[in-house]
Amino acid sequence: MDAKTRWGRFWRSDAASGLVLISPTALYVVLMLAVPLAAILGYSFLTDGYLEIIWTPTLANYAEAWGDPLYRLVMFRSLFVSATVTLVTVCLAFPVAYYVSFHVRPDRKSLWLFLITIPFWTSYLIRVFLWKVILGYNGVVNSSLLYLGIIDEPLTFILYNVNAVVITLAHAYAPFAILPIFVALEKIDRSLLEAGQDLGESKLLTFWRVTLPLAMPGVVAAVLIVFIPTIGDYVTPQLVGGPEGRMIANAIQLQYLRLDNYPLGSALAVSAMTIVTAVSLVFLFLNRRFLRVRQ
Amino acid sequence: MKHGSGFRIYTIVYLVFLYAPILLLPIFAFNASTIIAFPLSGFTTDWFAQLLTIPALVQAVKNSVIIAVSASILSTCLGIFAARASTRYSFPGKGPIMGLIMLPLVLPEIIVAVSLLVVLLGIGVNLSFWTVILGHVLICTPFSIAILNSAFLSLDQSLEEAAYDLGETKWSTFRLITFPLIMPGIISSLLISFTISLDEFIIAFFLTGTEPTLPVYIWSQLRFPTKIPAIMALGTILVALSITLLIIAEYFRRKGIRKTGRSDTGGFL
Repeated sequence: MDAKTRWGRFWRSDAASGLVLISPTALYVVLMLAVPLAAILGYSFLTDGYLEIIWTPTLANYAEAWGDPLYRLVMFRSLFVSATVTLVTVCLAFPVAYYVSFHVRPDRKSLWLFLITIPFWTSYLIRVFLWKVILGYNGVVNSSLLYLGIIDEPLTFILYNVNAVVITLAHAYAPFAILPIFVALEKIDRSLLEAGQDLGESKLLTFWRVTLPLAMPGVVAAVLIVFIPTIGDYVTPQLVGGPEGRMIANAIQLQYLRLDNYPLGSALAVSAMTIVTAVSLVFLFLNRRFLRVRQ
Repeated sequence: MKHGSGFRIYTIVYLVFLYAPILLLPIFAFNASTIIAFPLSGFTTDWFAQLLTIPALVQAVKNSVIIAVSASILSTCLGIFAARASTRYSFPGKGPIMGLIMLPLVLPEIIVAVSLLVVLLGIGVNLSFWTVILGHVLICTPFSIAILNSAFLSLDQSLEEAAYDLGETKWSTFRLITFPLIMPGIISSLLISFTISLDEFIIAFFLTGTEPTLPVYIWSQLRFPTKIPAIMALGTILVALSITLLIIAEYFRRKGIRKTGRSDTGGFL
């Protein structure tokens, strides 16, 4: 009887209602995301036996993924590209977010944000392909520069290499960087800035000592939201990267779809995710001071 | 110099950078040459006419639409459950559960794709557009939740309490009071999920089997230089379509906010 009433009370409680409501979505995500992620972790310790998988645990895939100079080069390049894209995107995005938050009339802000997000929703493949057109040998950049007489022959260092990958990814992830920074800037109490200036600080110093630290949670969010997905981008390196612009996603795709070596592909995927997570955690740790300000 | 005009010029230049590729798209779609480069050679609408004569393309569009409609309905349903639970109730394990549900927002798509591929092939499921739907629901749900969260948050709880006091049950209150009030959020979530699914490439590329979606078809054509002008025409139509869908989605999102009398501060994300 006692247990029954307690059960009944739990059943009517907020906790139970919440758990019941969340369960369909949670179940879906567990089955379609958590289990599959566990599966590639498991696969990464098995051996590819050409026609079937050999079920003896081994570290050989990791030895290959970390030991082979080719994979090591691709992994370092992916990290380098991701880090560069993140730096470029966040630095270019900050003034835009700052402008929309501080200089645009409140009733116009959502229009500006809408304008910024529109290109992000249009066909990703075609956008990347158009960068190939823009940066190519007869491309928009080269033909304009030739026409203006700035260069004598087309520039070749802007397509089929790491530069092209960085430019294209910086374009693709721009809204992801602008929006979190904008949200953080919007939360800043404007009277703090006035107080700073009333107390004799210059505009630049007020920005450096008040605005920037308060905007840091947004900057940190922007960095993570750009850095983590870019390392796994497949389309951009494949289309504009050329042979020297290949990244880890291209190696993973090759193992899975071409060579049918799931264990090695899984080891590469797990390694990439481990490195990204480690770098992100270090970054969060270094910025812990700013994140605490928020509370 | 007016206050902030430097920032304004910078922002406009930045917008030009953002829009450069999609502004070039219609230029090449109407250009008479098969080579995608300057100088342009003349005006034509042949590339658009050519699109209708490709059966593989028509089939890819059909596949994509079926997938996008299914994925948007399923992810919006899952989004309603999750957004309602996370905005209205506190329950044990809420942080980790919501974290896992929102994880596909940052997880590289290729990781989602290969992990699903391994499991689906492992349990013997044949790849078809059903498998693509499974993957797309996963990546659309976080966006649905983000949109529906703000719809639920702007909902005045006293309206529901009034309905309970007047003798309505939980379900009838949801149907008669809550549902109509969050309707704009639901429409907005459906449209955004549809747009995401229609445009998604990597997951479709890994999970599609022999029934290509539109982006997978486009990918297969990008290798052939002679097919590119038709792809530019197709891209122009797609861009126009997504912009239309987004404007409708934005209209409903704003209408939802107006309905509850809050001020408007953000975009979709």
